[in-house]
Amino acid sequence: MAHHKTLGESLRAHGVSRRGFLKFCAATASMMALPPTMTPAIAAALEQARRPSVIWLSFQECTGCTESLTRSHSPTVEDLILDVISLDYHHTLQAASGEAAEHAREVAMRENFGNYLVVVDGSLPGPDSNPGYSTIAGISNYQMLMETLEGAAAVVAVGTCAAFGGLPQANPNPTGAVAVQTLAGDKPVINVPGCPPVPMVITGVLAQYLTFGKLPEMDQYNRPLAFFGQSIHDRCYRRPFYDKGLFAETFDDEGARAGWCLYRLGCKGPSTYNACATMRWNAGTSWPVEAGHPCLGCSEPKFWDAGGFYDALSVPPGDTGSTLLAAGVSGAIIGGAAAALAKRRQKADLAERQPVKIDELEQKL
Amino acid sequence: MSELSLERGLAAFREEIDAPVAAFFSSCIRCGLCATACPFYVETGDPKYTPILKLEPMRRVWASEFTLWGRLKGLVGLAPKVTDEMLAEWEELLYDSCSMCGRCSLVCPVGNDLQYMIRKSREAMVASGHAPEGLIGAASRAIRTGSPMGLQWKTLDVQIKHVESSTGLEVPVDKPGVEYMVLLSSMEIINFPEYLEAIAKIFDHAGVTWTLSTDCYEATNAGIQIGSKDIAAELVQRVVDAAVKLKVKKVISPECGHAYTAIRWEGPNLIGKSYPFRVFHIIEVLDELRAAGRIKTEGKETDRLSLHDPCNLARKSGVIDQQRNLMDLVADNFVDLKEHGKYQWCCGAGGGVSSNERAEHLKMAAFKRKKAQIEEVGPDRMVTMCATCRTQLEEGLEEFNMDIPVVGLTEMIAEHLVEKEQRA
Amino acid sequence: MIDPMDFLLWTKGPMFDWAIAIFALGMLARLVEIFMLGRKPNYAEPRGGEWGPGFRTIFTRSVADAGTFQRAPFNVVIGTVWHVGFFIALLLFIPHIELIYSVLGIRWPGLPNPVVDAVTAITILAMIGALIHRLRNPVMKHISTFEDYLVWTVTFLPLITGYIAYHRMIDPYPLALGLHILAAEIFLIVLPFTKLTHMFTVFIARWYNGAIFGRKGVAS
Repeated sequence: MAHHKTLGESLRAHGVSRRGFLKFCAATASMMALPPTMTPAIAAALEQARRPSVIWLSFQECTGCTESLTRSHSPTVEDLILDVISLDYHHTLQAASGEAAEHAREVAMRENFGNYLVVVDGSLPGPDSNPGYSTIAGISNYQMLMETLEGAAAVVAVGTCAAFGGLPQANPNPTGAVAVQTLAGDKPVINVPGCPPVPMVITGVLAQYLTFGKLPEMDQYNRPLAFFGQSIHDRCYRRPFYDKGLFAETFDDEGARAGWCLYRLGCKGPSTYNACATMRWNAGTSWPVEAGHPCLGCSEPKFWDAGGFYDALSVPPGDTGSTLLAAGVSGAIIGGAAAALAKRRQKADLAERQPVKIDELEQKL
Repeated sequence: MSELSLERGLAAFREEIDAPVAAFFSSCIRCGLCATACPFYVETGDPKYTPILKLEPMRRVWASEFTLWGRLKGLVGLAPKVTDEMLAEWEELLYDSCSMCGRCSLVCPVGNDLQYMIRKSREAMVASGHAPEGLIGAASRAIRTGSPMGLQWKTLDVQIKHVESSTGLEVPVDKPGVEYMVLLSSMEIINFPEYLEAIAKIFDHAGVTWTLSTDCYEATNAGIQIGSKDIAAELVQRVVDAAVKLKVKKVISPECGHAYTAIRWEGPNLIGKSYPFRVFHIIEVLDELRAAGRIKTEGKETDRLSLHDPCNLARKSGVIDQQRNLMDLVADNFVDLKEHGKYQWCCGAGGGVSSNERAEHLKMAAFKRKKAQIEEVGPDRMVTMCATCRTQLEEGLEEFNMDIPVVGLTEMIAEHLVEKEQRA
Repeated sequence: MIDPMDFLLWTKGPMFDWAIAIFALGMLARLVEIFMLGRKPNYAEPRGGEWGPGFRTIFTRSVADAGTFQRAPFNVVIGTVWHVGFFIALLLFIPHIELIYSVLGIRWPGLPNPVVDAVTAITILAMIGALIHRLRNPVMKHISTFEDYLVWTVTFLPLITGYIAYHRMIDPYPLALGLHILAAEIFLIVLPFTKLTHMFTVFIARWYNGAIFGRKGVAS
């Protein structure tokens, strides 16, 4: 394995021109909200970066995150980044299988102890769950994660399942699924949520880590601010319609055809922090809102349990109408009982009532 | 002997609380607009006279005993209680500084009828022994002598004789089967004897049959003013008995505000059933006669006249247009006060304030609002149709050295009647 | 530190149900307590009707008479402005309409967001004006109780947090929105136990007022 080949060398060996590489660096700088003057610095850092060993663990996941990363129509710099890192273990992508595959993981861990990156997609049954819910080569996900984390420099949780628990953790969470960060202890965690995450965000985070050799600036969910610093709503090209109060109310009304705001159709853009609106999907072709579908809020914790995808953000997920009715009826009954008590008191007063007599009044004179 | 007590007062509060009261207290937002409607606050500037505050004892009883939340608070001792000391303090607020004019009831933005609740609160004040002495005296005289001023029939009899001799007309007494039984007020008999003469003339002119009753000639009801339905019912019953005995179908309440509301609106509820007769204010009767063409007048007053609507008659009983129709009949230069009719300002003497000697300074303070209204218009004379208002206007205008005479509307109509011979 | 999304989902979920339940229970109890007291029969011969004048007063009492306006212009104007503003913000903001539709199944057209935004700003200023007025006007200062300031606060909070959330002045947005929803829930919970009941009982009070006066032939 070419552990001492730098990224620059490797890229050139793969036929990436200097021009194409700088373009990627400029795009990375802009994604990370760095000034364009940083482009040469990024290029220099990346060219010199040693290919780090990366162990990619897939647990309770759907492979969507890997698909997102690899299903590009033409070879892009993103593909190459994958090539130039030393991806020593990845279920879907690796050729090896069985004993050999696990052996590769063990070797990579031993040889790069303390320096390798762990990438996880998928959540995993927590330590208190039945370990049999998800195993690889007879090893429970929990055991494998804990072993692998031991010598890791950092862990990147790719996808909402890994970052926040995602679908497996959704109510009623039958496998007791947990997010990676709940088990990572003091290992640095970078969350790259999304269902799946934008491919450029995955590579961008890796590029940033390679460039600066340290963790990116992150929000309170450990999401890199460079990609998750702004909400979909704030960067949405349909925002002017929201501001004017122009909303599509069905998927085929005039508003929908005119490209008006999708808030009323359940868009979670206002509460969702991700880069879809700026980086878009499929090599910048489009993104869900542009395709006419409300944002599902997939890069936010608990997005499966946050109410209907097609309910407006302001709509409560519960059956509030029934609560209202039940409480109202109870209130009427309680109020009725209280009023009956008061009436009974009034009746008792009336029964005991002594009319005011003039000589009683005159006592005060 | 039984005694009035806090317990009886609290029971009276409870007895008086009904759906409107509960709705009113549930709605008060303490905006203070009722103060701007109250002559006692406006002219003294003392916020303790804010009308809604006068109802605090009743509000406490409502909150602690008629709301679920209040009962819960009461269980942990958080509901403020109504004490004897509190009621003693509130005596001034509920009697001396409130003429029950009802202006606040018309202004309250959430629609609270504060006057309705003041009236009810007074029931509890009476039952707990916190009514003012002046009003107790009036009630005592009303019950024991038939007149809150202690008048006796013989005083009235002297007046009847006087009217008969000066007009040559008969003043019918105890005549059964006539159309109207006429009631008077003691204050009229003493201060404004012209009234009796005026109605004798007008009814003769219009060919109306009427009578006084020796059993009951007093229309005023000290029980309403002090706020005791027991006393009030006894006084109303006397009117009902007299009217039934004389088999009249119509009873006329005199130029007195509270007498009219007492017998017109409260009376049937005090005795718990409808009357076998109808009740009118003299002004209503006169306007009906006018409309029927039965009053022929000649000549008009040419000086600038303005009108004071008694609260009880206008705002609290809906007699507003009638007096203006009658003014048009006899006055050329009539000008209304700026706020009049249902929005008129109280003279300051109603609701028992005038019988409550202790409240004299407040009564005069409240009058200043009326004075300001009068000054705004600058009339030569004021016309009104309530003996209490009239007395207050006269005293007040004199106090402030304003040379504006006050006349009763009925008398003024009588003065302009076409003489019988001319008519024929 | 609280997790903003957990907080938002808590305010939208269990807390919202609690608030709605306490509100509905408390308010219905209060209304039944009022109506069950009833009125004694009235034997006096009426001069006018009760129903018509009662309903008339429900509307007419929204506008102050000329004299009251002259004597308390600030009180009347500021009170009207913030009440109207509050209801525009509450009932005509699109997200609120969606919420009401999800609970009650009824909906109506809303106003463009910038309009609601401007109205909210005016309402916030008017409410601050109302508070200053309450603190300075001798009558209001004298009659105000702790409850009045509490109610001002719980009414003001949904407005200010709504304004903050709309303008995304607190990050992250789920925290801002959650704070707004929580403020509205506090409002709902406090409502049945304070003078806020007037939101509902004002119609009853005005009806009775109109009916009592109407029966005597006075349009109140």
